[in-house]
Amino acid sequence: MNIDSINNGIVLDHITAGKSMQIYKLLNLDRLDCSVAIIKNVKSSKMGRKDIIKIDEAIDVNLDVLGYLDPDITVNIIRNGVRIQKLKLSPPEELVNVISCKNPRCITTTEPQIPQIFYLSGEDKPVYRCRYCDSERK
Amino acid sequence: MRHLIDINDLSIEEIDRLIAVADDIIADPQKYAEVCHGKKLATLFFEPSTRTRLSFEAAMMELGGNVLGFSSADSSSSAKGESVSDTIRVVSYYADVIAMRHPKEGAPRVASAVSDVPVINAGDGGHNHPTQTLTDLLTIHREKGRLSDMTVGLCGDLMFGRTVHSLISAMSRYENVKFILISPPELRVPDYITQTVLKRRGCEYEVAESLDSSMEKLDILYMTRIQRERFFNEADYLRLKDTYILDTDKMALGKPDLSVMHPLPRVNEIDTAVDADPRAAYFRQAKYGKYIRMALILMLLGKEI
Repeated sequence: MNIDSINNGIVLDHITAGKSMQIYKLLNLDRLDCSVAIIKNVKSSKMGRKDIIKIDEAIDVNLDVLGYLDPDITVNIIRNGVRIQKLKLSPPEELVNVISCKNPRCITTTEPQIPQIFYLSGEDKPVYRCRYCDSERK
Repeated sequence: MRHLIDINDLSIEEIDRLIAVADDIIADPQKYAEVCHGKKLATLFFEPSTRTRLSFEAAMMELGGNVLGFSSADSSSSAKGESVSDTIRVVSYYADVIAMRHPKEGAPRVASAVSDVPVINAGDGGHNHPTQTLTDLLTIHREKGRLSDMTVGLCGDLMFGRTVHSLISAMSRYENVKFILISPPELRVPDYITQTVLKRRGCEYEVAESLDSSMEKLDILYMTRIQRERFFNEADYLRLKDTYILDTDKMALGKPDLSVMHPLPRVNEIDTAVDADPRAAYFRQAKYGKYIRMALILMLLGKEI
């Protein structure tokens, strides 16, 4: 399968297989007018299978969203057909209006104008907790 | 702007300072009688309370200040659909400090983000109740003369009991405090407390189901009520509500210098016959609640004595 290489834009590589559609939605890539390619289940020597997203425009990508969803993703910035930057991600310390609290007792469930803020709780694995009620986002 | 939303907002040094001020107030209340003259405390209670609201109000009155507020959501504009943020913005123009109880978890955090005056969390649902924790710490200090080197048993609803979570969080910061967590399996301490507090701070703890077999090990027994309002399912509440009842037989198994605490109100988890036992500290605990709130109000208003 051939997908054209891009000239100016972004390539999200090493996406865990199956997560590309979720990333597509959370990054609002559906709102772009440029070409966006989602390539699923690509063979990978390191990961077995992986997904790739190619965006044919130099947009600002919300790295916090990517770091939350899949910190192993590599973000490649392409200019004039050349990769000029390769970003490694890590789980962000704080997420604002990316995910929402599901605790029915939380104040955010009755007052939707409150920003949804989650913090990275220092536990054995990366866990995000609501800034207001401390519930874990599962 | 300083607020108290979570007990962890205070350092150990600040807690020790509050306890020292409370000790001084107990020793010489007259010295503090006019310290807050001209200051106003707003008690915004969107959920019913007896002890917490009255102790806050008594605390401010004994400091020479005044009190305004409401004691249920029905008598506030929240009944008309006003947001917490809007209520607090307005009240912060009328008062110098706000004590707030709300049934929704995190509401005081929202309030603190918009308030022009200090906000004290006086309980947000099953989440936090830091002034109860300060009360508990003052009580342990008054009863034992220390906050370190002891075994603390927590008994009853350890899952929804906000006072339990805050007390574990606060006491785990002191040296050599061991916890015995006594509850039915359905009401055990949530994993995040064991993960983020007990394990991370290297605290020794034991999970138990029997109160009888734990009694002899305890320096403090902290009883809690199994709260109807925290259950979505009435059948679960009815099945669990009488799991632990502290009576004189169980008290006979405890150490001579045991202190029994309870955040109150109790229903039937402590037999009234236990009240006469000098080891029953729960009414003294309620009294200390006023003094530690006086110390807290002084701190948040920047009043150094």
